Amino acid sequence: MAHSAENNQDIYYVPHEGSLWPAIAIVGMFGTTVGASMMMNESSLGAPLMYAGIAVLLFMFYGWIKQVAGESMSGLYNKRMDLSFRWSMGWFIFSEVMFFAAFFGALWYARAISIPFIGGEGNNLATNLFLWDGWEAHWPTNGPAEWGGIFQTVAPWGEWGHGFKEWFNHSLPLVNTMILLTSGVTLEWAHHRLLQGKNGRAAIMLGVTSALGVWFLYLQASEYAHAYADLNLTLESGIYGSTFYMLTGFHGMHVTLGTIMLIVITIRTAMGHFSKEQHFGFEGVAWYWHFVDVVWLGLFIFVYIL
Amino acid sequence: MSHAEAHDHHHGPEPGFMRWLKTTNHKDLGALYLMFSLAMFIVGGLMSLVIRAELFTPGMQFVDPQFFNSMTTMHALFMIFGGVMPAFTGLSNYLIPIQLGAPDMALPRINNMGFWILPIAFGMLLSTLFMEGGAPAGGWTLYPPLSMQTGDAMPFLVFSIHLMGISSITGAINVIVTILNLRAPGMDLMKMPLFCWTWLITAFLLIAVMPVLAGAVTMLLTDKYFGTTFFAAAGGGDPVMFQHIFWFFGHPEVYIMILPAFGVVSQIIPTFARKTLFGYSSMVYATAAIALASVIVWAHHMFAVGLPVAAELFFMFAAKMISVPTGVKVFNWVATMWRGSMTFETPMLFSLGFVILFTIGGFSGLMLAMTPVDFQYHDSYFVVAHFHYVLVPGAVFSLFAAVYYWLPKWTGTMYNEKLGKLHFWLSTIFINVLFFPQHFLGLAGMPRRIPDYSLQFAEFNFMSSVGAFAFFITQFIFLYNLITTCRGKWEKATDQVWEGAKGVEWEMLPSPLPYHTFEQQPDLSDYEPHPTH
Amino acid sequence: MSSAFMSRTGALMSKLAIAASLGMVSQAATAEYALNMPVGVTEISREVYDLHMLVFYVCCVIGAVVFGAMIYSIIAHRKSKGAKAANFHHSTVVEIVWTAIPFVILMALALPAAKTLVKMENTRGAEMSIKVTGYQWKWQYEYIDEDVSFYSTLSQDSNFARQKNSGVDLESVDNYLLDVDNPLVVPTDTKIRLLLTAADVIHAWWVPDFAVKKDAIPGYINETWMQIDEPGTYRGQCAELCGRDNGFMPVDVIAKEPAEYQKWLAEQKGETASVATEQNVALAQ
Ligand code: HEA
Ligand code: HEA
Ligand code: CUA
Ligand SMILES: [Cu+2]
Repeated sequence: MAHSAENNQDIYYVPHEGSLWPAIAIVGMFGTTVGASMMMNESSLGAPLMYAGIAVLLFMFYGWIKQVAGESMSGLYNKRMDLSFRWSMGWFIFSEVMFFAAFFGALWYARAISIPFIGGEGNNLATNLFLWDGWEAHWPTNGPAEWGGIFQTVAPWGEWGHGFKEWFNHSLPLVNTMILLTSGVTLEWAHHRLLQGKNGRAAIMLGVTSALGVWFLYLQASEYAHAYADLNLTLESGIYGSTFYMLTGFHGMHVTLGTIMLIVITIRTAMGHFSKEQHFGFEGVAWYWHFVDVVWLGLFIFVYIL
Repeated sequence: MSHAEAHDHHHGPEPGFMRWLKTTNHKDLGALYLMFSLAMFIVGGLMSLVIRAELFTPGMQFVDPQFFNSMTTMHALFMIFGGVMPAFTGLSNYLIPIQLGAPDMALPRINNMGFWILPIAFGMLLSTLFMEGGAPAGGWTLYPPLSMQTGDAMPFLVFSIHLMGISSITGAINVIVTILNLRAPGMDLMKMPLFCWTWLITAFLLIAVMPVLAGAVTMLLTDKYFGTTFFAAAGGGDPVMFQHIFWFFGHPEVYIMILPAFGVVSQIIPTFARKTLFGYSSMVYATAAIALASVIVWAHHMFAVGLPVAAELFFMFAAKMISVPTGVKVFNWVATMWRGSMTFETPMLFSLGFVILFTIGGFSGLMLAMTPVDFQYHDSYFVVAHFHYVLVPGAVFSLFAAVYYWLPKWTGTMYNEKLGKLHFWLSTIFINVLFFPQHFLGLAGMPRRIPDYSLQFAEFNFMSSVGAFAFFITQFIFLYNLITTCRGKWEKATDQVWEGAKGVEWEMLPSPLPYHTFEQQPDLSDYEPHPTH
Repeated sequence: MSSAFMSRTGALMSKLAIAASLGMVSQAATAEYALNMPVGVTEISREVYDLHMLVFYVCCVIGAVVFGAMIYSIIAHRKSKGAKAANFHHSTVVEIVWTAIPFVILMALALPAAKTLVKMENTRGAEMSIKVTGYQWKWQYEYIDEDVSFYSTLSQDSNFARQKNSGVDLESVDNYLLDVDNPLVVPTDTKIRLLLTAADVIHAWWVPDFAVKKDAIPGYINETWMQIDEPGTYRGQCAELCGRDNGFMPVDVIAKEPAEYQKWLAEQKGETASVATEQNVALAQ
């Protein structure tokens, strides 16, 4: 038992008194999911229940994080705890990657397999001949039944030469790519400042990062509005609309969450919650944000450009 | 040290329901998981009895065909997501921290959340039985377009699966982080008991595939309620696409249900053979190989959907190859018994039953993997026989073995050995009466998921149903033994419990285990659980 | 509980008792209780049967070796017999051997399987084609280029008997649940291509005697083929869960000598128009 003394110097914090936050989380999840289900079944009770559930979830996030932040700052957490958080965040992000993978998989499957099959490729000549006679495989498409009617896609960028504003309005995906890439840089900038112990500067860069997130969301929303209003590109535009909106939509939800978390750590940084040595709260959010960034790059390439 | 002492003689658990609701203690949560799983096994078992009652004789006697399909679907969902998976998570909670000398699971509050999600998820799922349009009846595989015909139950089904996914992922993250980060000093990875290894690898699989299932069911939901066309050809989608995504989850899922079972058996056999596990490191590599291979074989469930020949060939070869590392495991178990000094207490009996009956199930799996022949087997009772052999005398037997093995350690009371043996023998006999004839039914051409059948299938269905009821009733012996042991009715257990048992929990800790095991992590540098050379 | 149920139960019990006393594998028993896959009536089905038996015997041999070693060890190496535990715990050579041997066995199984598979998937050179469409819950058969088309549903008798507690003695129904009103009629010794699709949900067309099972998927067409050697009636069932009446949409195929088949086809052509409209009316309701 030679090393044990030195190892026991710091104890891995285990809450002995239990916690009610998980139970509150579960009440929130229950309300949200049951509410949403009832909404889909057209019950008028659904919406209020769902919103109540979401409110409980928000309250839970606030309270739970506050408690953990408090424990962290009062020195209950040792290096191992920090490492636990890192591993956990890493694997959590991996699970998110796999969630997106399902939708990217759907996109690739449609483009590489189902659309060509309907067009008669491979051993599917009969499919085309008997069921979808005369339909030729192409992309983008809303399928042989022209689901949702004729639509146009959102171009990744517009043409230059009609003035900046015109270009800008037709280049939202490209602009958004630049916004997110920039936000990745500002976030790292903030991290460096934090590592130098300059919390004030770090908070400013975090503020900039959050603002970029909000801007991204605003542009994404206007892109959706434009697509619905002018391009007839909707969630119901066949497989193109399905994959387009589900991928960008779930990404947008993640950006929303990421932005909220950024705002939270901006405030926490400003309040001096983080030190040079201990700022996992910051880093976890940063990882998440970079992940959201990378997913967007995948989207930009596979949804918009190709 | 002073800090440690402050926590040391901490209050025990507070009494009442609040204790269980708030608890972050891994043993409490392990027990909760196990009790929950027991309840779900009973519910799922009752559903299977509805199935078997209707199939007792030809003709429709008890239920409507639609309700029959609901029973099939719900039976599978309850058994898989409510029974087997939470049971293994419960074991992981109970065992991993004590086997590795960790203070608790790495994220105790998340651990609590992971458990308490389950009752609401299954509550939601169970409530669909009373909804307009009935409970989901499209099979546990939820294939569209059929699953799209689900009534009001649809969103409840989808969201309950999301919740189960969240629960599994949080549980898996906890396992990984506990194992990678909280081992006691000196507990090297290659010293870990195999249960920890198999769970580590299972946890990776869970994190990789549960989100994919969540994605798949989300697409079902949007196809039904929001006009997307992922799975409709008219809009450019493909019903088969769902099957690809589902089985990308579904095949690894079956290994998620069996790898921890391998871990349990790999610990029990050496104890009762009084001999070191043969080929420890090849066991570890074989487990990893199975897990890796399991993500590239999914389409062996889809040979009949009309894949291109090249794909069929690939998936046939890949699926067969899984037999190689699985075989390594079986051979290692046999080699462990070889020239051992064996005794046959209940956990050992269930483990031996596991090895033989799981292998039989593996053989039928290998037969199914022969693509041209699978056109005959597919969607027949041969498949039903296959997977019940790997799941019931496989996964469920390993759970029985585990409970008998560790229960004295948990409760400090030895279970009743006579009843345990009786439970084993009756279970083994009846499980074979229940599922063996299903091989014949499948080969003779009886499709699965049908509520009624033509007369040539009558005899074997009758046998199977008799076996089902007898097997179910047999489980009350287990239940009685379990409850009385928890209440301390039988002899006190010693600390080591089993003569041949090796490992932290047996050699260093008392029975019953204290509420908090390791405030201070033990130093295990000199501890040699098994010789490496 | 209905008395029909009780009497059926009683009859089954006595049959089972007889089966047990004869031994399940005896000739008499196998005739009544099919234990194995049918050999079938196509070249493919015979190859499939052989592959099935091959992999089965391979499993039996491996099983005998593994279980044999295990059971020997259970008997010989038990503590109560005074066995002392040896302390070997690994052997690289042995482990390599028992990784390599299964690998080789699997390859040896996979190669002939691959050969048969390629043959099964080769629909080229078919002499005639039939489009098969699955509906909830019936089949539609369209003879391509022949202008013959009809629906095939569970026979009236079975459909009546299968209603809950119908009280009908199932033994009195011909081929309970396996007969249809309009069976598919095909010629023997002809390579017939099936074009499978569905109108609502996925179904699967399965006739064990042809070793043909293929999903019928809405929006897509799957191809498969068969060439039947012997005239006769062959029965199968829908083999993909397709909702409430999945268990009640059998597949019936009558194979006739080519000449007879042509006669049948000519008759159908006379009738087909009326049959088709009748069916369409029925469908519309
Ligand atoms: C715990 C669960 C579990 C496990 C471990 C397995 C293990 C295997 N399964 Fe199984 N399977 C299921 C659960 C499981 N399966 C379920 C639930 C379904 C149906 C799902 C549904 O449709 O609802 C299914 C269906 C299923 C199918 C699809 C059938 C169909 O629908 O047409 C196939 C096809 O290839 C298959 C193959 C295999 C193989 C090759 C293995 C292998 O891993 C087996 C390996 C083991 C051995 C082979 C035995 C031991 C080895 C030796 C002693 C070595 C020497 C052996 C040889 C060289 C032969 N399984
Ligand atoms: C783990 C999974 C699991 C388990 C345990 C079982 C157990 C049983 N299953 Fe089933 N079954 C499936 C998974 C499982 N099944 C799946 C995936 C399907 C396919 C569904 C589909 O087609 O969509 C299926 C389908 C299925 C069918 C085919 C239905 C059809 O095609 O229409 C039938 C028919 O006989 C059947 C019967 C039974 C019976 C009689 C049992 C009996 O063994 C049940 C008896 C009771 C128990 C086994 C409980 C014992 C356990 C305990 C007492 C608890 C121990 C607890 C701890 C140690 C904590 N099952
Ligand atoms: Cu049609 Cu099953
Ligand atoms: Cu599989």
